[in-house]
Amino acid sequence: MSQPIIEVRQLAKKFGTFEAVKDVSFTVNKGDVFGFLGPNGAGKSTTIRCMLSLITPNAGTVKLFGKTYTEDRIGILSRIGSIIEKPDFYKYLSARKNLEIFARISGANVSKKEIEEMLEFVGLGGRGGDKIGGFSHGMKQRLGIAQTLLHKPDLIILDEPTTGLDPQGIIEIRNLILRLKNEQNKTIVLSSHQLSEIELIANRMVIINKGRSIVEGSVQELMNAQELVLTLEVDQLELTKTLIQNNFANAQILSIKENVLELTLEKQQVATLNQDLVRAGVSVAALEPKRRLEDFFMKIVNE
Amino acid sequence: MLLKNTYNEFVKILAKPRSYLGIGALTLLIGVILFAMKADGSSFISFVTQSFEQTLSFNGNILNGNLIAFIILQMLIIHIPLLIALVTGDLISGEAAMGTIRMLATKPISRTQIVLSKFIAGAVYTLIITVWMGFLALIVAKWIFGSGDLIVLNSDGLVILQEADIFWRYAMAFLVAFLSLLTVSSLSITLSAFADNSIGPIVSTMAIIILFSIIGSLDVSVFDHIKPFLFTTHMASWRSFFNDPVPMARIYESIVVLVAHNVVLIALAIFRFNKKDITA
Repeated sequence: MSQPIIEVRQLAKKFGTFEAVKDVSFTVNKGDVFGFLGPNGAGKSTTIRCMLSLITPNAGTVKLFGKTYTEDRIGILSRIGSIIEKPDFYKYLSARKNLEIFARISGANVSKKEIEEMLEFVGLGGRGGDKIGGFSHGMKQRLGIAQTLLHKPDLIILDEPTTGLDPQGIIEIRNLILRLKNEQNKTIVLSSHQLSEIELIANRMVIINKGRSIVEGSVQELMNAQELVLTLEVDQLELTKTLIQNNFANAQILSIKENVLELTLEKQQVATLNQDLVRAGVSVAALEPKRRLEDFFMKIVNE
Repeated sequence: MLLKNTYNEFVKILAKPRSYLGIGALTLLIGVILFAMKADGSSFISFVTQSFEQTLSFNGNILNGNLIAFIILQMLIIHIPLLIALVTGDLISGEAAMGTIRMLATKPISRTQIVLSKFIAGAVYTLIITVWMGFLALIVAKWIFGSGDLIVLNSDGLVILQEADIFWRYAMAFLVAFLSLLTVSSLSITLSAFADNSIGPIVSTMAIIILFSIIGSLDVSVFDHIKPFLFTTHMASWRSFFNDPVPMARIYESIVVLVAHNVVLIALAIFRFNKKDITA
């Protein structure tokens, strides 16, 4: 049975009259790369801040490693490495000095050699002596990841780690996270507003919107939902409609615009529909499947 | 963990250019005073002593290092709080402005320890400023102007202190001056716990000092009840060591008020920082 590392239940947080988080619940298990997905302003950062004791929630519970912060704040934090929004460092200090500062209060004995190794690991081997003031955003992100890993935490929480990075930087950070997963078997929570990013890295995820958790589960299951939304462009609209209604009882026509239909259909029936249409003499100009989750997420984002 | 984070705070203070700005400004200010006194100190002394010349005759080296140190202390005790607040007012709010407060607060160290380590570092910085001021005011001034008896003009009249009777008074005066400046440091760190930028706490600290000083200097009965509780009232108590006899009861009272201020301010900062939602 999976061992829960994070258990968030009915979390709520208000800032004045603004309800940033209304009802968020999810569970992260040991070894998960857990995607925390939602559009901008959904309440992701507030939830993560509650998970890291930066913010005190108004209601609900946050348990990490089976304990609440009231029970063992120091013990919990000593097992977590995190980057919230963007990694900020002391600009007037070098990368190495910054890591030394955070290592000193990480609760572990981190040697100078380990700091150098960590700089190498994130690709900043030759830049340890340089001041942060001259670092690019991507370099700061990589140093941020070095900072989270210094004390060998069991859980890594990364809040929007690729925000503001160029495509090359995004790939570098993504590969770094995959290395952590594959080589060190860390439990990783990764927040993002991009489904594609979560899809590439995470094995489980939760979607939150307007302060509420909407759906939680395995990324593969959610992405490969049996029911698809199809966009179908044909030359004979009425014949197509009749054929769908007669042959596919589970199909549901969502919209019709000129010669384009949007309908829901089970994944294994898509090929049959195409064959039936061709056999009936309907010319199919386009048959484009869209995943339910992607559609669902885009609807959330556009709301 | 408290010691480790206090060490971190020293590393940060030592690396910040603004920390040296305070020491540099202090050195410059004292340098200007020493230069002015060397260039035209005798006319300054004549101006002060002329009202006593009909009843007293002044012999020996009046314009000596002891007198210069007294003048420097008198002049700078108003300005040094700004130099202190410039560094200490930034200790918590500067972390919020930079965003590093998030990193600090997610480390396995209690928020109380984070605040305490900043107070300790602030106290050490204040001590360094006070010792540097003492070194420049007393040691350098004595080296340039020589030593001698100290003539002090206070509200009771002219006090003449023998050379051999002066050093302990300066040592105690600097200790009390340190306590006064420590209160300024504590005030700015506490204000810093309420802010997310550095300018607010620094300006607020100075505004409070100016406001309290004005209240203290106004001869209005409505303020008489609060004056003894204002820390600014006790910031000049170092001067009492240059009275003869030294009014120890009044000095003890000032020490109690200043220590109480520090305790209350530290407690307030700890309470605030522990309750604070870190959204920066």
